[in-house]
Amino acid sequence: MTEFFQNSVFFGIVLTFVAYGIGLLFKKKLKWAVFNPILIAIAIVIGVLLLCRVEYKTYEQSAKFVSSLITPATICLAVPLYERLQVLKENYKAIIIGITSGVLTSLLNVWAFALIFYFNHETYVTMLPKSITTAIGMGLSQELGGYAAITAAVIIITGIFGNMIAEFVCKLFKITEPVARGVAIGTSAHAMGTVKAIEMGETEGAVSSLSIVVAGILTVIGAGAFAQFL
Amino acid sequence: MKYLKQFFIIIAISFAGEILNYLIPLPIPASIYGIVILFTLLCTGIVKVKDVKEVSQFLITIMPVMFVPPAAGLLDAWGIVQSGLVQYLILTLISTIVVMAVSGIITQLFIRHDKKKRGIQHD
Repeated sequence: MTEFFQNSVFFGIVLTFVAYGIGLLFKKKLKWAVFNPILIAIAIVIGVLLLCRVEYKTYEQSAKFVSSLITPATICLAVPLYERLQVLKENYKAIIIGITSGVLTSLLNVWAFALIFYFNHETYVTMLPKSITTAIGMGLSQELGGYAAITAAVIIITGIFGNMIAEFVCKLFKITEPVARGVAIGTSAHAMGTVKAIEMGETEGAVSSLSIVVAGILTVIGAGAFAQFL
Repeated sequence: MKYLKQFFIIIAISFAGEILNYLIPLPIPASIYGIVILFTLLCTGIVKVKDVKEVSQFLITIMPVMFVPPAAGLLDAWGIVQSGLVQYLILTLISTIVVMAVSGIITQLFIRHDKKKRGIQHD
């Protein structure tokens, strides 16, 4: 049986899609933010792997055909971005100031928690890139002397959580402007959050996509400075 | 043919992004270079929206599914994350809410401020 899973090309792909499909069903039947399709899909995949005693590595060998599309899909975000160029131009000042404030807030937050929890320097720099897209975050963490694998895990948790709470936070803080929603989601929860922003509307999605890029680059600069603080 | 061309353009840009990532010694991934490249090509009219429209829409639509495999990798990260799990979770959950709220509120304040100013000018 193990051998079958190891040789199967489609096992991981099918499991991924079935799990996500079940996640969508849950969301449709129970309209509660906790029933987030991505979260449910992750739980199902992990459950199936543990139950069938399949190693993550084995699953990943097949599922990587799905996840390797993340790069081309992210690049495609340039299309809605271009189609909403007018909105971006009209609000560029607010967008840049908003993203910058978000990046600074994120870095300050990590610094404050690092003091509260008595983090050592390595753990502190591991956490600094937590809000940005995985590929930048891991590279940055490594460069600053952190643990890239932990950074990746924290970034993914940030993304899932950001995706789950985006609608709730916007409602709670009365963030109703589509541009402001896009900045909020893209700056705090990178591409996984952006998926939710796209669901909310075209402007939200476009601005959120832009925020991934700008927040990522600003964090590279800002984290280098913040790394000196502890 | 249409889909073949669209898919080729997107994959070629992904590859160009990988090359830049290899050549430039910064922790910036292929996807970020790729967005900038495609955006520039669209702005300059070298690539038209219709040259990538359908395939890009398809990829963006199925994007959430793509995050499931790497996220399920949390299973393997358990061993290294376990010792500081509670602290990492508290930090992550609180700062995600705070960053989302702060950046959203500040952006909205500036948008409304600009709108007001523009409104006065129109009068």
